[in-house]
Amino acid sequence: MLVVENLAFGFPSRRVGDHVTFALAPGETLALLGANGAGKTTLLRTLLGLLPPLAGRVAIDGAPIARFTPAERATRIAYVPQHHVPAYAFSVTDAVLMGRAGRIGTFARPGRADHAAAAEALATLGIGSLARRPVTEISGGERQLVMIARALAQQASIIVLDEPTASLDFGNRVRVLRELDRLRARGMTLLFSTHEPDQALVHADRALLLADGRPLALDAVGRALSAENIERLYGTPVRLVALDGNRYACVPDERRA
Amino acid sequence: MSATTVARVRAPASRRTGWVFVGACCALIALALIALGSGRYPLSIAEVAAVLWDRVTGHAAASTSDAIVWQIRLPRVCVALLVGAALAAAGTAYQHLFRNPLVAPDTLGVSSGAALGAVLGIFLGAGFLAIEAAAFLGGLLAVGAVMLIAARLSAHEPLVTLILTGIVIASLLGAAISMFKYLADPYNQLPAITFWLMGSLAASSAQELGVLAPAVGVALAVLFALAWRINLLALPEDEARALGIDSGRLRLAVIAAATLATSASVAVSGIIGWVGLVVPHMARLIVGPEFSRLLPLAAVFGAAFMLAIDTLARTLASIEIPPGILTAVVGTPVFIALLARSRRS
Repeated sequence: MLVVENLAFGFPSRRVGDHVTFALAPGETLALLGANGAGKTTLLRTLLGLLPPLAGRVAIDGAPIARFTPAERATRIAYVPQHHVPAYAFSVTDAVLMGRAGRIGTFARPGRADHAAAAEALATLGIGSLARRPVTEISGGERQLVMIARALAQQASIIVLDEPTASLDFGNRVRVLRELDRLRARGMTLLFSTHEPDQALVHADRALLLADGRPLALDAVGRALSAENIERLYGTPVRLVALDGNRYACVPDERRA
Repeated sequence: MSATTVARVRAPASRRTGWVFVGACCALIALALIALGSGRYPLSIAEVAAVLWDRVTGHAAASTSDAIVWQIRLPRVCVALLVGAALAAAGTAYQHLFRNPLVAPDTLGVSSGAALGAVLGIFLGAGFLAIEAAAFLGGLLAVGAVMLIAARLSAHEPLVTLILTGIVIASLLGAAISMFKYLADPYNQLPAITFWLMGSLAASSAQELGVLAPAVGVALAVLFALAWRINLLALPEDEARALGIDSGRLRLAVIAAATLATSASVAVSGIIGWVGLVVPHMARLIVGPEFSRLLPLAAVFGAAFMLAIDTLARTLASIEIPPGILTAVVGTPVFIALLARSRRS
């Protein structure tokens, strides 16, 4: 359970946003939307405990996040970066094993349980066959799945994903979103940021819209992501087109442009 | 997930690393025996082994071979092994730390700081041990200054700030060394300073070994103990912290250990470049970047590389060639080849 109360976030020299209040219940998926520079990444970093809150409170399981040691924090909330740039050609298994760092002693090496958790995470995402490949030689979509596998191996109760599909081609985007849906179905608690309203409509339960660092709307995706709210968020007229099932396509409204 | 599947997942990389490591150790021992037999007074491998074995079993005869092997060549071989292992291990650690395979132990100003310390010692006419202590202190002070300044300046890009500060401090220290060379007595001090700066293992003695071995031992022990965790330093800062490590403290520990290894080596042998840059790269090409597999191999490779270089340095010509010149001659083409290879892949 992640609880955010009246949070102000940013850097000591520059406040990026404030008045953010929401709770993320177990098993829930929240999408975070906002224009470029609205403060999405800074907010996520604050939620992860990587930046101290300027005011207000971020708590996980009832305790302020600052009170946890880094290792304790890592067993509660995991992070999937927007675009992982590997410095070295670690094998996929070695990269996923790093998710176990919070559970491995300072002077210890990964043990049997850690290897099992890594293999299981890869199997869950259907990329077990990549285990021995270097992370520098797999596709961007596969690398994103490896980063998600690392977060799964971390066995944290909440996974935070920063624009998980931002740098992916269409096919890889679909593949990553399909795996995210599977994790949702398994009851994982997810928080992801995205630039695509229709992605949030389909793949999240609730949406938080951030405009200039302040919440514009926080509600079930159907209500939060109304055409009107999306227009206010991005400053351009849009039309929500209903597709089959409960899917929507969010397209620019050229008639009103 | 059954235990057998897990074993299959983890076996190949570890087993391959194991064989490579054993092979490298055997080559290192053979190389050491050859090095002990090489020189003005050549000995066969059998003679070297016999002389070593006689001392070990307490049957030592006061022969010329015994004196040459035990008193002259063995200390020098041991110093070469330690200097090579230390520089390679430090380079491997710095390369992980800076997420950049092209950095070297010099990046933090350690080598320049140690060199300035030693030059100051020579300039003041200090004794042998005092010069070594000054070099050691200079290395530690230089990296301390770099880290302090970088910590004050850095906000968003701590690593870039650290590297830039290191370069700036190193160039300042280089200027200070030039000043001392300019002021030095051109008949006694200037040659001593110049030769020391070129790097040499010719003065290696049991006394030097006594200073070098504990320092390198402690530094390597720290790096080995933290080896798996050091992998996470190769990740972007945010990712490492989100994975649950105190990256600031870990980075400090690694910098301290790598700096100790580097400055102890520089104090004994002067500046011998390229080892800390090229050797980690070679080891990484063979066993990959995973640090707990990489570090032992890089250390053994470094020891073998330095020993081979030093043995060539003292046997190729009738006078000794400074090993720093040989490492540069060997290192530059190897480095260019590595660069070309990494560009292709």
